[in-house]
Amino acid sequence: MRWGVIVFPGSCDDQDVYDCLKHVLKQKVEFLWHKDRLGRDIDCVVLPGGFSYGDYLRCGAMARFSPIMQGVVEFARNGGLVLGICNGFQILCEAGLLPGALTRNASLQFVCRQVHLRVEEIDTPFTSAAKKGQLLKLPVKHGEGCYYADPATLERLQKNRQILVRYVDGKGRPTAAANPNGSLENIAGVCNEARNVFGLMPHPEDASEKLLGSEDGAKIFSSVIAACGTRGKRAWVA
Amino acid sequence: MRVKIFVRLKEGVLDPQGKAVERSLHTLGYEEVGDVRVGKYIELEIAAPSRQAAEKRAREMCDKLLANPVIEDYRFEIQE
Amino acid sequence: MGRVAAKPFSQPAVTLALIAAHGLTEEEHRKIVHLLGREPNYTELGVFSVMWSEHCSYKSSRVHLKLLPTEGKAVIQGPGENAGIVDIGDGLCAAFKMESHNHPSFIEPYQGAATGVGGILRDIFTMGARPIASLNSLRFGSFDHPRTRYLLGGVVAGIGGYGNCIGVPTVGGEVFFDESYNANILVNAFTLGIAEKRRIFKGTAKGAGNPVMYVGAKTGRDGIHGATMASEAFSEESEKRRPTVQVGDPFTEKLLLEACLELMKKNWLVGIQDMGAAGLTSSSVEMAARGGAGIELELSRVPLRETGMTPYEILLSESQERMLLVAKKGQENQVKKIFERWDLDAVVVGKVTKDRTFRAFFGGAEVAAIPVAALTSEAPVYHRPAERPATQDELQRLELEKVPQPEDLGVVLKQLLDSPNIASKEWVFRQYDHLVRSNTVVGPGGDAAVIRIKGSHKALAVTVDGNGRYCFLDPYVGGILTVAESARNLACVGARPLGLTDCLNFGSPERPEVMWQFSQVIQGMRDGCAALGVPVVSGNVSFYNETDGVPIYPTPTVGMVGLLSKVQRHVTPWFKSAGDLIVLLGRTREELGGSEYLKLVHGSVKGTPPWIDLRLERAVQESCLKAIEKGILRSAHDVSDGGLAVALAECCIGGPEKSLGARIELREMMRPDALLFGESQSRIVVSVKEKDLGRLRDIAAKEGAPLQILGEVGGPRLAIQPLLQLPVEELRAAWAGALERRLRRDEG
Repeated sequence: MRWGVIVFPGSCDDQDVYDCLKHVLKQKVEFLWHKDRLGRDIDCVVLPGGFSYGDYLRCGAMARFSPIMQGVVEFARNGGLVLGICNGFQILCEAGLLPGALTRNASLQFVCRQVHLRVEEIDTPFTSAAKKGQLLKLPVKHGEGCYYADPATLERLQKNRQILVRYVDGKGRPTAAANPNGSLENIAGVCNEARNVFGLMPHPEDASEKLLGSEDGAKIFSSVIAACGTRGKRAWVA
Repeated sequence: MRVKIFVRLKEGVLDPQGKAVERSLHTLGYEEVGDVRVGKYIELEIAAPSRQAAEKRAREMCDKLLANPVIEDYRFEIQE
Repeated sequence: MGRVAAKPFSQPAVTLALIAAHGLTEEEHRKIVHLLGREPNYTELGVFSVMWSEHCSYKSSRVHLKLLPTEGKAVIQGPGENAGIVDIGDGLCAAFKMESHNHPSFIEPYQGAATGVGGILRDIFTMGARPIASLNSLRFGSFDHPRTRYLLGGVVAGIGGYGNCIGVPTVGGEVFFDESYNANILVNAFTLGIAEKRRIFKGTAKGAGNPVMYVGAKTGRDGIHGATMASEAFSEESEKRRPTVQVGDPFTEKLLLEACLELMKKNWLVGIQDMGAAGLTSSSVEMAARGGAGIELELSRVPLRETGMTPYEILLSESQERMLLVAKKGQENQVKKIFERWDLDAVVVGKVTKDRTFRAFFGGAEVAAIPVAALTSEAPVYHRPAERPATQDELQRLELEKVPQPEDLGVVLKQLLDSPNIASKEWVFRQYDHLVRSNTVVGPGGDAAVIRIKGSHKALAVTVDGNGRYCFLDPYVGGILTVAESARNLACVGARPLGLTDCLNFGSPERPEVMWQFSQVIQGMRDGCAALGVPVVSGNVSFYNETDGVPIYPTPTVGMVGLLSKVQRHVTPWFKSAGDLIVLLGRTREELGGSEYLKLVHGSVKGTPPWIDLRLERAVQESCLKAIEKGILRSAHDVSDGGLAVALAECCIGGPEKSLGARIELREMMRPDALLFGESQSRIVVSVKEKDLGRLRDIAAKEGAPLQILGEVGGPRLAIQPLLQLPVEELRAAWAGALERRLRRDEG
């Protein structure tokens, strides 16, 4: 399979995702420039973390209008796999590929720390390598990661089991103290109804090597690798 | 024409900034203050043939980019 | 060059009052007239005032700085460039520098700190190095001072705001509170970058006819006379000068960084320099000076953000995120294309000339013509009078027998752990992205940060340190201790030092006692560097740190970079498993002068700082390094503020995982408070598996380092028999939430 990592002006974790995929997971990966069109041979597009366009108006608001995003929307509609990490998650919400929005952290401060995630659903191409209820140790680093959705949307998310990961404490409980940003229902990541677009605030690419303190992030990437392997090119349908 | 756009979080969306400002105002002795909301204010110059045309364009800009309808409301004023 | 229509500029008359307002003395004015052979015009006066400011000319410090050792086998670039560079092998090198942004941060903490970070980042990538880690050394007033919380919050948010957005991890630093900084905080920002050895770029202008290009953000009126502000003591007046503080735009700088690094892969550049203090003026003048050339600028071509700017304002603006570069003739369009790709301006604003003169035109009319040498090598150099203050003897007199012994040593330990200076700085560090670029092996909270170098087995270790209190009590010894502690912090993670950068924060050089402190500190640093084999490769001097006539503590801070040949071998400060033996390398002496304990518990800043024997220091560091290289240390932690008891507590509770207790026995014949809380130097607490003790003993014996077995890891308590005994969770509670508790209390 082939990965594409989008480089927006202001992307910061693009190199991290690239290095992790290429050198740790030995994947074929290329950078995708925001002014270009999306190539045809990509199996999974990653929207990396950072501060696209400085995030000056609203996180992710301007990046969704990048030329490449048209292709990404189409790719997603055709069942292509799209993974948004941190700023990438914000962009996917702004672009309407994922429900809800990410607002300012309740603490009003940027927060960089390790969190525990509980994997809520495993019948997706992003979480299949984990066990249901498994705890993953990953870092978050963001100023606007507080997930919000109106009550109707939240109900739909629950009904369709689109909440894939939640912030929990070391024992797996979704407590207020374990929630780094005030997210609704401790939500750390959601997918779309078709389950081929996933966004999360924590950074799997910073937690895929023992030297960096955790290898749990690799679960996300290896799920995608497995999904592409068994289901063939760009053919994920829930 | 000059367009003055006000964007704020919708009712019901957590506004931690508003809360923090409210708390600080209370600390400073402004006990009578309540329900503080912090928003954004955007000013721009727009070349349009009529007020209606300007309004239409401004509304489009707000819907598309300047506000996020999931969490934000907006309103604007136009000065000729 | 083409003539561009610009409104002719009529130069205001130069009067004595105007000269004084530019911070130039009468004598300096006479020198200018002598060098030019005529009176300077208004624009030229502005140029002289910034180029001859303390900040740009180092006129008071230059004669002293010469003493510092700047050579070493790893040194590729010493002081005098935008940053220092050391060789790290495999065709790579590390560029690093530290700079102060004290005054702007006091006036507007968020923007002041943010632009401080932005400036130091530019200093690094202008050399061709990709920034891989930032640290900072911060000093605030007493926690109880009404402005401290506001300043702390603003500075921390500003550092995070800039560093996080540009995608360079902030991996550590130090934060210290003392009344001495109540009205003059210190914000010293450090950045480390990595470059290919064959692609290092310098700030030089060469080759007559080569185009001079302006790249990056547009120019506004911000920060005009920032360089003169940094050269004046604070007063009510400067509080009113808010508009001179620049506003940072990390997004633009991120684009600038990527565009410059892309450009540097090509072969089109002659030289490049960031526009920092004194903006376009100092960058063009310094580049011309280094290249032995002249420079000619057409100011009407400079991209402007505001209308009606005069040549004076364009030359002196300190707008951020701008660079000046000299391209090879004929490559202008190629250069422009790269910047366009990143949506940035790149404009030819002038050319290199032969006549060694700095000339500025505005719409074709010459507005300034000054020989480059007059602004650089001919700038004044002062041998300012220095005198040891009469009060120094009294300051150093500490009669230990008159210091009452505390009744409950456990209470004191908790009090120390809860004090802002020793407490966990988690509240600060979690506002910084310390992980981006995924190289951070040890982040904030360790003795030194450890950053792996992708594609190799190596890592760089970085630490920033300073102790103004020690330097206040004895500036010479303080200078040595600053260097020694830095190197010791590197030794604790297993890194051998390659070089250091310094930021020298002092009061007014016009005070003989400040100049005495300055020269003593430099001599101390010189001796420390020489003994430990660490060259000084870059640095910065910040004078005039005082308020209403009271200088801050003399506060040199250093940023030291070291190399670990095997990243897997790195060691962290925290105990790893029950049963490991705890060993002290070094020796505890009965001394309390200048300690955090003396200040916190007895309210006294007196005595002499801890004694140091550089041979012992070397032996202790070398033992630690060798033991780590042999893979036998499970943890290593420097003993510093708060002494041995605090160091042991930190080993128990400071780690990311759960706390571990320790059973210690201390039987030294000395005052228990000195034994527990004294800050004797050259001490490292290490832990080893029992089976490795013999090997550690052999290493220490060979190096000549004293070794003492303190006890073993384990149990729910930190028990230091026969002096104190406390549950580790209680210690952790005191230490972990101390800053936040205080800040929240303030919110009410």
